[in-house]
Amino acid sequence: MHKWYMLTLVGQDRPGIVAGVTAALYEGGCHLGEASMMRLGANFTIMLMVRPDGDLRSLTQLVAPVAESMGLHCHVDAIEGDLHQHVLPDVRVTVCGADRPGIVATVTGALAEAGLNILDLESDVAGTDQKPIYIMQIEGVAREGAEALESALRIVAQAQGIEAKLSAIDTLIG
Amino acid sequence: MAVLEILTYPDERLKRLSRPVEVFDEALDGTLCDLEQTRRAGPGTVGIAAPQVGCFQRIVIVDVSGARKVSRHHGHLVLINPEIIHWEGLAVGREGCLSVPDYTGNVVRAERITLEAADARGLRQRYEMDGYEARAVQHEIDHLDGLLFIDRLVSRRNDLFRRKVYQQVPEQ
Repeated sequence: MHKWYMLTLVGQDRPGIVAGVTAALYEGGCHLGEASMMRLGANFTIMLMVRPDGDLRSLTQLVAPVAESMGLHCHVDAIEGDLHQHVLPDVRVTVCGADRPGIVATVTGALAEAGLNILDLESDVAGTDQKPIYIMQIEGVAREGAEALESALRIVAQAQGIEAKLSAIDTLIG
Repeated sequence: MAVLEILTYPDERLKRLSRPVEVFDEALDGTLCDLEQTRRAGPGTVGIAAPQVGCFQRIVIVDVSGARKVSRHHGHLVLINPEIIHWEGLAVGREGCLSVPDYTGNVVRAERITLEAADARGLRQRYEMDGYEARAVQHEIDHLDGLLFIDRLVSRRNDLFRRKVYQQVPEQ
């Protein structure tokens, strides 16, 4: 029985990485599932669900040469889970402010305590070296309702001197 | 009355252009009943368009009254030969579709619309609507023109639209 593996690749970004890696996987008989590629601090990063023909060893042997030729670190994990396991988020939290240590830990700590299950998090440091600003967007499920999150967020935003906004995600099924 | 089979992507028929309804008769009533049954059979489905069940007529049903946190709406709407005659504002919202199972994505829609459509008896009606209901109507009218929400996807990320930074030209 074929199962899924999580392939992680990290390295200096340059054009053609996705095409090169996925060509090797395709030619090696792999199926691809969900994937998320991002450029973080000029680095190429991707996490990719791969269902190979063979086992972990043969997948690693397939990927290692192409990863090396592109200067990428490569990591493969056997994973539980499958496709079609999507969970719909019902809230979005946007946080911004002057960048300083501790924003993510305090904000997500307060939100976790108020029942938030994070499904998606993206953050960025913008502004300049002298005046960096931190912007974070979170989507998740409010397991104890949006009001609990709202009051937790208000308290932590005030304590941290940052701006935080919670909005509902009402997915329309038509 | 019957729950009809929903056509799902990549069925080519979802790309077909639907024709206007010209006769308001018992057959139309039957189609409307089946469509409503089929909409109700879907989990939390706020709208349905006739081409989703392989009937290529310009018929849409929208009812957002059961959706949470939707305060302004017109209840159960049968919209035949609908036309958006005015729109204002743009908003990003997340959509899914019976015809595209297991996927949701962000789509930009007009925030407020003025809509003209015939009702089930063929009488032309005019509606002013906004927000969630306006989004649902736009989603369904797209089906009549052979379009799905996945034809209109925008980035899942970067809701805060970044301003483009232009390099300043140094003064001579």
